[in-house]
Amino acid sequence: MASKSFTLDDLKRTLREAAGVAEGVDLDGDILDTEFEVIGYESLALLEAGSLIEREYGISLDEEAVGEANTPRSFIEVVNAQLAPAKAA
Amino acid sequence: MTASVVVTGLGVVSPNGMGVKDYWAATLGGKHGIGRITRFDPTGYPARLAGQIEDFDAEELLPSRLLPQTDRVTRLALVAADWALADAGADPAHLPEFDMGVITASAAGGFEFGQGELQALWSQGSQYVSAYQSFAWFYAVNSGQISIRNGMKGPSGVVVSEGAGGLDAVAQARRQIRRGTPLIVTGGVDASICPWGWVAQLACGRLTTSDEPDHAYLPFDRDANGYVPGEGGAILIAEDADAARARGVRPYGEVAGYGATIDPRPGSGREPNLAKAIETALADADVNAADIDVVFADGAGDPAGDLAEARAVSTVFGDRGVPVTVPKTMTGRLYSGGAPLDLAAAFLALRDGVIPPTVHIDPCADYPLDLVLGEPRPAELRTALVLARGAGGFNSAMVVRAA
Repeated sequence: MASKSFTLDDLKRTLREAAGVAEGVDLDGDILDTEFEVIGYESLALLEAGSLIEREYGISLDEEAVGEANTPRSFIEVVNAQLAPAKAA
Repeated sequence: MTASVVVTGLGVVSPNGMGVKDYWAATLGGKHGIGRITRFDPTGYPARLAGQIEDFDAEELLPSRLLPQTDRVTRLALVAADWALADAGADPAHLPEFDMGVITASAAGGFEFGQGELQALWSQGSQYVSAYQSFAWFYAVNSGQISIRNGMKGPSGVVVSEGAGGLDAVAQARRQIRRGTPLIVTGGVDASICPWGWVAQLACGRLTTSDEPDHAYLPFDRDANGYVPGEGGAILIAEDADAARARGVRPYGEVAGYGATIDPRPGSGREPNLAKAIETALADADVNAADIDVVFADGAGDPAGDLAEARAVSTVFGDRGVPVTVPKTMTGRLYSGGAPLDLAAAFLALRDGVIPPTVHIDPCADYPLDLVLGEPRPAELRTALVLARGAGGFNSAMVVRAA
């Protein structure tokens, strides 16, 4: 359990399932610090992705923090921040 | 001086043919698309026939980004819009974004998507409901998604007036073009053949319970006993005539006249108002009844609606005074999609000098109509009239003229 954390691959898998991929976007490129808007995901897509993550990992995400996460790196940090206490509990 | 508005592109999604070419070939050939519902098991429902689109692969035609957020109706509308723009030779990426708008009609919105999310809500809980339900069900969603996909930031909206909506949307597009937006994507697509959508349609009480596809939807037939619903419609590219000319495209024809009325309330004893809508459309187009070469009838498919329409047509044109056809006998009634599909058929008829047939019916002699039956009828066509009525008392009429 201690090794369980949310990775870029997990995020890509979730985004594909929640919202698909926009034309001309390569999710497998170097996107960690690319703004979501540039890779075709608006707030609703991220809301839907957050909802999938909450169900899959049994956690509750901070809505405000999700709203402010504008890159994959910051989004992953928001998820892992919730996964850590869940692990500790 | 009022700007002339022309139609330069057609995108057709119809139970009897996908794309203009297939639809028109099927329609002239009398090939219908009505059958027992296959999208869910209709056993146990009082009505079991529909005009279904069988070969539509959204994954093939649209980016995956759009699939989790769209109902079938929106996928059909997006593809029809792509085809219409291509047909018009209009590349939205190379036109000013505020010079393009989207005004479509919708009678139902995204029922199948909504059904899925309601089932998720009831069986699993609110956290299982898609965030996209917020708009995927909505009447305006086709207009919104078409405008987003194509970067169109001019006037946009949706018209909801059931079966009349398709003409009303094109009329609104014409108004916006005359106010200065050179290009509007218009028309309409409806599709709600899913259990929830079906129950909603049954509630109107006018669906036929027939199980015979070629003896079910029978407008102007003595056996008329309700209609077969279908899915689909058409998206049209409407443009300012001068702007279209400047782009160097040859239009199908002009949206020359429009009229719309509302019927008196039920039980008032007063006559329906379709004839007034026709007269208004003729006056708007500055033509006389004698100038109309063909009428694409609404074809309610129930005795009261058929009688009202036959009376209106014979009041304006005289008994058997003009050829009348109902090609939607091959598709079923497509709600907001029906009239735009008839507009497409009318423009193609003007182009080819041929009136598509009405199929399956044995006309009731009480209606003094010159119906084009069974086979297409060659004719010199310059001006056509399309009629559309919507539940709730909507009557609309549109005159289109060859370019």
